[in-house]
Amino acid sequence: MTRRNLLLLAVVLLVACALPFLVSNYRTFQLTLVLVYAIALLGLNILTGYSGQISLGHGAFYALGAYVTAILMDKAGVPYWATVPAAGAVCLVAGFLFGLPALRLEGLYLALATFALGVAMPQLLKYHHLEKWTGGVQGIVIPKPDAPFGLPLNPDRWLYYFTLVIAVLMFVLAWNLLRGRVGRALVAIRDQHIAAEAMGINNALYKSLAFGVSAMYTGVAGALSAIAVQFVAPDSFNIFVSIVLLIGIVVGGLASISGALYGALFVQFIPNIADDISTAAPWAIFGIFMIGFVYLMPTGVAGAVRLLLAKRRSAP
Amino acid sequence: MKRIAFFTVALALAFPAAAQKKYDPGASDSEIKIGNTNPYSGPASAYGTIGKSITAYFKMVNEQGGINGRKVNFISYDDGYSPPKTVEMARKLVEQDNVLFVFQTLGTPSNTAIHKYMNMKKVPQMHVATGATKWNDPKNHPWTMGWQPNYQSEAQAYAQHILQTKPNAKIGVLYQNDDYGKDYLKGFHDGLGGKKNMIVKEVSYEVTDPTVDSQILQLQASGADVFFNITTPKFAAQAIRKAYDIGWKPLHYLNNVSNSVGSVLTPAGLEKAVGIISSAYIKDATDSTWANDKAIAEWREFMKKYYPEGNQADVFNVYGYSVAATIAQVLRQCGDNLTRENVMRQAANMKGWRPETLLPGITISTSADDFAPIQAVQLERFNGKQWELFGSVLGK
Repeated sequence: MTRRNLLLLAVVLLVACALPFLVSNYRTFQLTLVLVYAIALLGLNILTGYSGQISLGHGAFYALGAYVTAILMDKAGVPYWATVPAAGAVCLVAGFLFGLPALRLEGLYLALATFALGVAMPQLLKYHHLEKWTGGVQGIVIPKPDAPFGLPLNPDRWLYYFTLVIAVLMFVLAWNLLRGRVGRALVAIRDQHIAAEAMGINNALYKSLAFGVSAMYTGVAGALSAIAVQFVAPDSFNIFVSIVLLIGIVVGGLASISGALYGALFVQFIPNIADDISTAAPWAIFGIFMIGFVYLMPTGVAGAVRLLLAKRRSAP
Repeated sequence: MKRIAFFTVALALAFPAAAQKKYDPGASDSEIKIGNTNPYSGPASAYGTIGKSITAYFKMVNEQGGINGRKVNFISYDDGYSPPKTVEMARKLVEQDNVLFVFQTLGTPSNTAIHKYMNMKKVPQMHVATGATKWNDPKNHPWTMGWQPNYQSEAQAYAQHILQTKPNAKIGVLYQNDDYGKDYLKGFHDGLGGKKNMIVKEVSYEVTDPTVDSQILQLQASGADVFFNITTPKFAAQAIRKAYDIGWKPLHYLNNVSNSVGSVLTPAGLEKAVGIISSAYIKDATDSTWANDKAIAEWREFMKKYYPEGNQADVFNVYGYSVAATIAQVLRQCGDNLTRENVMRQAANMKGWRPETLLPGITISTSADDFAPIQAVQLERFNGKQWELFGSVLGK
């Protein structure tokens, strides 16, 4: 990493730390959701952007993470912070196991298999034998955490910082993972899987691993979203969540770590802007935004930013 | 210092009424801000017309001079029937738009998601658009109130009717195994009171079940001659058809949730639905009984002028008009004391007031420990073409 990039990163972090004191509690809550989305998008990007497997069902892992947190808090009285790693672990295993058979499926077939998972999830959550834990259609209401150690922060600000710390951890982890051997192996599988195999990469293992890690990220994001929203219900996790995540990584930039952040800003704020422009057809407006972004920045926002920086650098 | 005192006196003289006026965020001399979330998109977007008809209602109110001279600013956001979105939008309404209260937020899961938040913030969650009974809980949730008859009061009305007309009935119940179904079942039990042993069989089904055929066979085998059908539209149609096909002819009570002629009785077969009893509390504009009704005529005028693109056959538009008229009445009662506390107090202080679009005899009554505005329904029987109201109004 160049010195310049480090400086830029420091500035971004500083701004991120200062933000809650500059905006209202409501905006802080929205920014928390941006961070949550960013983690989820990073997870999906590991799978789709880096290893080239399309998932239309990541909303299911998002839901799983959220429910693990809600059930642990509600039924077992586990403190909220301890539920986040638990949600990540459960999703890691679930993702890895789902990844094993899904490996035999390529491209569109995998997309369909994951789509099925995404569609089925809300109904599974309503299943009556699980109702004791999931609360059925009613869902689970969880309390909002206060700042610990008597920190002078209101719950919204505290939750933002809590999410920020986890987001930074997850980004550093992804950065380390994707810039090294593992990242190169994933990209090799995506670009030419036969050649990758010939070079000694264990395709099966790496693919399931990518699935597991990706699910873990999304699960952690789901857990954080449950804490922020303080409520989970099957209706919160319809197939649309999965689609929105996919939109996020494409708009933000495939195979790009910073793209997750841009994508998160897009999926959080553009629907609201669209709703402000027209209450009659918000999704049509959203569609126009989406088409605009894809046309103007075919490699996502991250790609456009990269291009812009490169141009400035080459200019005299 | 002297100057400040002078100005204070001058101000007090200039606005003698200022002392009595009391405002919370969202209210002022010229405006009352009301927030709302509605599913304009997504799986439940058929309900979106409720938000639109309420918006149109306030447009009419504002054109006619507002409420006590104040214009209503009705801010309505799309939540797509997604609870997390409802939380976000409710927070936007309360913290950013600074509304006086939220009104008619739609959906049981959506309202559950913001239930705690609204009560913690002490911002009224007025007249929520769901039939669950839990909104009537002034002790634990003093800032939330429902509007429509809840599932339990409706079921009690059926129980009352059975006790009056068929005291020796053997009752079979089919219910959906979730809180909606259980809510109805509880009301039904309460309504029967000491005569609960009249129920000879209770069977349930899951939303995920493909059909309810086997449940209908079980009920027939139990020898029941009265059937209380607590099902959502798809299953209601199946139950009606199956009962008819196997020749089981009980006195059939169908919950209000599924009494749509278009989406339930027609698919089941209109001839198979003759004699079914259900209930209503609002005037259905398509019902010929109200062809010359003054309130429905006024409503048609309103639709034509303020919501011309709305469907006049859609009962949701009568619903939106009626509930908006209710909150307008609450605000009129508030006078110049537009605090959140007073909004709640006045909403809990309706004594037999009614919008004329409700069925005759049904009124809105609330008190400090009764947060269920409409508790009465009137029974109706299907004659093969349309519902026909009969009997008197049941319930409180």
